[in-house]
Amino acid sequence: MENILSVKGIKKSFGGVHALKGVDLTIRKGETHCLAGENGCGKSTIIKVISGFYKPDGGTIEVDGRDYPVMTPADAIKAGVQVIYQDFSIFPNLTVIENLAFNQVLANGKKFVNKKEFRKIAEEAVAKINFNVDMDALVETLPVADKQLIAISRALLDNAKLIIMDEPTTALTKKEVKRLFEIIADLKKNGITILFVSHKLDEVFEISDSITILRSGENVISCPASEMTEEKFAYYMTGRHFDNQELADNKKRTYGEEVLSVENLSAPGFEDISFKLHKGEILGVTGQLGSGRTELSLSLFGLNRPTAGRIMVEGKEAKLTDVSKAEELGIALVPEDRLTEGLFLPQSIIKNITVTRFDALAGRLGFIREDSLVEESAKWVKELGVATKNHEFPVQTLSGGNQQKVVLAKWLANNPKILILNGPTVGVDIGAKYDIHKLLHKLAADGMAIIVVSDDTAEVIATCDSAIVMHDGRITGILEKEDLTEAKLAEAAI
Amino acid sequence: MKKKLKIDDNIFRLIIILVVFLLIAGITKGNSFLKVSIFQTMGRQMAEYGLMAVGCGICMISGGIDLSCVYVANLCGISAALLMQKNENAILPAILLAIVIGAACGAFNGFLISYLRIPPMLATLGSYQLFQGISVVISNGSTVSGAPEKYTDFGMKTVAGIPAAFLVFVLIIIIMSVVMGKTKFGARVFLVGTNAKCATFAGIKNKSIIIKTYMISGIVSGCAGLLSLARINSAKADFGTSYTMQCILIAVLGGVNPNGGFGTIPGIAIAVLILQVLSSYLNTFPDVSNYYRDCIWGIALIGVLILNHVINKKKSDKLAKMGS
Repeated sequence: MENILSVKGIKKSFGGVHALKGVDLTIRKGETHCLAGENGCGKSTIIKVISGFYKPDGGTIEVDGRDYPVMTPADAIKAGVQVIYQDFSIFPNLTVIENLAFNQVLANGKKFVNKKEFRKIAEEAVAKINFNVDMDALVETLPVADKQLIAISRALLDNAKLIIMDEPTTALTKKEVKRLFEIIADLKKNGITILFVSHKLDEVFEISDSITILRSGENVISCPASEMTEEKFAYYMTGRHFDNQELADNKKRTYGEEVLSVENLSAPGFEDISFKLHKGEILGVTGQLGSGRTELSLSLFGLNRPTAGRIMVEGKEAKLTDVSKAEELGIALVPEDRLTEGLFLPQSIIKNITVTRFDALAGRLGFIREDSLVEESAKWVKELGVATKNHEFPVQTLSGGNQQKVVLAKWLANNPKILILNGPTVGVDIGAKYDIHKLLHKLAADGMAIIVVSDDTAEVIATCDSAIVMHDGRITGILEKEDLTEAKLAEAAI
Repeated sequence: MKKKLKIDDNIFRLIIILVVFLLIAGITKGNSFLKVSIFQTMGRQMAEYGLMAVGCGICMISGGIDLSCVYVANLCGISAALLMQKNENAILPAILLAIVIGAACGAFNGFLISYLRIPPMLATLGSYQLFQGISVVISNGSTVSGAPEKYTDFGMKTVAGIPAAFLVFVLIIIIMSVVMGKTKFGARVFLVGTNAKCATFAGIKNKSIIIKTYMISGIVSGCAGLLSLARINSAKADFGTSYTMQCILIAVLGGVNPNGGFGTIPGIAIAVLILQVLSSYLNTFPDVSNYYRDCIWGIALIGVLILNHVINKKKSDKLAKMGS
């Protein structure tokens, strides 16, 4: 089979940083190729080189048998290379029809537009992937999955031969992922090549014919998917070996006394929720987007006031009216959105970690010694292994995994009794994910009661002793220890 | 970690600008500029709007802005003057009254912003009209004067050649530097200004921080009103209206990030000095009419914003490079 794309020795640096140090990528016509690697390994950069967005410092690009000494975005589109970015590059304030038809009408150089023609082009586009959608709806009102399909339809309109999907499943639910995969299979049948960028193991194995893994801007391996195993995959991505057995063994824990009891709790977003949490227990709360899992976590942290029922902390009823009340009771929450809720991005690592400790570190008149902040932060950076050269650097200079460790440090510094984590490893690479899971086990072993709110069933199974499954704001299943399996979770989530 | 003896880059830059301005002024206008009396006048004038700039600056650090500083100052000055008109000996009560009124005005601003969630720019735009209106009503729209001599003497007083008003300014600068730089309250103001949502999630009581911040701004503005009352022995509802823009200019020049979260009090203080030197220097050119002054301030503000943008971009590029 011939190659649709062959790039060799691509180099690209930004300032003094070498993002790509001579990367090769060869994709055969008609295959589904997976490009994998941790955050910052150069995945996005190579995509932008292929699509003509970045000009490489060295190397050759060949698309469909033709050499491109200089590749511009227009060349790439003409050659049939289309990228579906994570934000889909669509216009949210326009309708589905307009989004689909604009490019083509513009490309034809027409000065006047005609609604009928618009509709025709758009309908043709969605028919290609059997996509049913209200053509007159504003795109911003559609679910993420539909926006993605619109982006794909639009790519097909431009006669795409190679479609590059940048982490396409990040914001999708299980069902939507399944639909996307069906569409990918369909596209493949029609001779379209897919480059699928992801770091999620299971998806990569399910969908791809071959795999290329990058690490720190260099090729690690390229091989058929059939030759890859889970352990190898994780090892090639991170360069580290992981002992999953160790995590599994850790689960044989015994709990201490009850620390939290939620009784028939209702609040905006959920209804009639009851469960108990013990010292040293890790409880999973899972369910799809909109199931009420996030609202529940907020209620336990004083940010979503209950309308009925009660919360008992260590046997006493707790009125959680604001965050400082929750803090006093030893409750901590690692919020869902690290970037807007968890971190003061432009502020230093020191300030981010010590924000919860101001009261404890300040003297009677409210004065804080700079040294005590630096010390406290240094302690946690070391404890959690945050990779940084300087604690005064803004926290936004860190990678996703290290940022999440800073968020964790902020709350652990306060020595909580109950730690709630909402999506603890979203957007975190495998290495840091493993570190965080290991840390949770250690904390539980030391007697902390932990709630892990997550839609990642693999994560819930790997870390939790028991789990409650939510759907539409209600509990639809409670799974204890041995019952906590992938199949039973799926069954309870309906 | 090694003990640091570093001066903030921004403050270093500001000091250089100040020295350069002083040199230019000294060389070109040596005779008429380098006089003790000129510097004393400068010291008195800048104390007033310098304090308002500090008030506005901390509000900007908290992610907002205070456009009402000047009018709070006038209201405080008028109230104090009225009280002293009635009773010559009520100097101390008058000062206290002004500070309490300043605090109340600030608390009102803070309430509008934190509880009613009115954008700070609109809230203080509205409240400045209100404060000005109250000033007009209680002063019957005229200039209030006739404060006792004992009080107005303070306006002309010097200690070892340094105007007392300037010493008050320095004292408040030192206090505010400590409050913002060394206390948990100050640390929280910076964090609320960076990301209010994240601050809530970190257990910071945003509302209380915001109200306190605007209260401080009100109190500091009240002090400014008292100083100007002492200096010119009168207070008026529309005194010093051009100071509002100048305060914002000073805060930004001093390194306060208009988006909140960053800035230092010493930076603001040096910016006050720079602006006063520039302003006094312009005064030595009789043919540069006051009409040009607004143009010059406007250009200066936009220039500083552009310069800050360029510097910040360079800095973040550098950090990104070092980070990865």
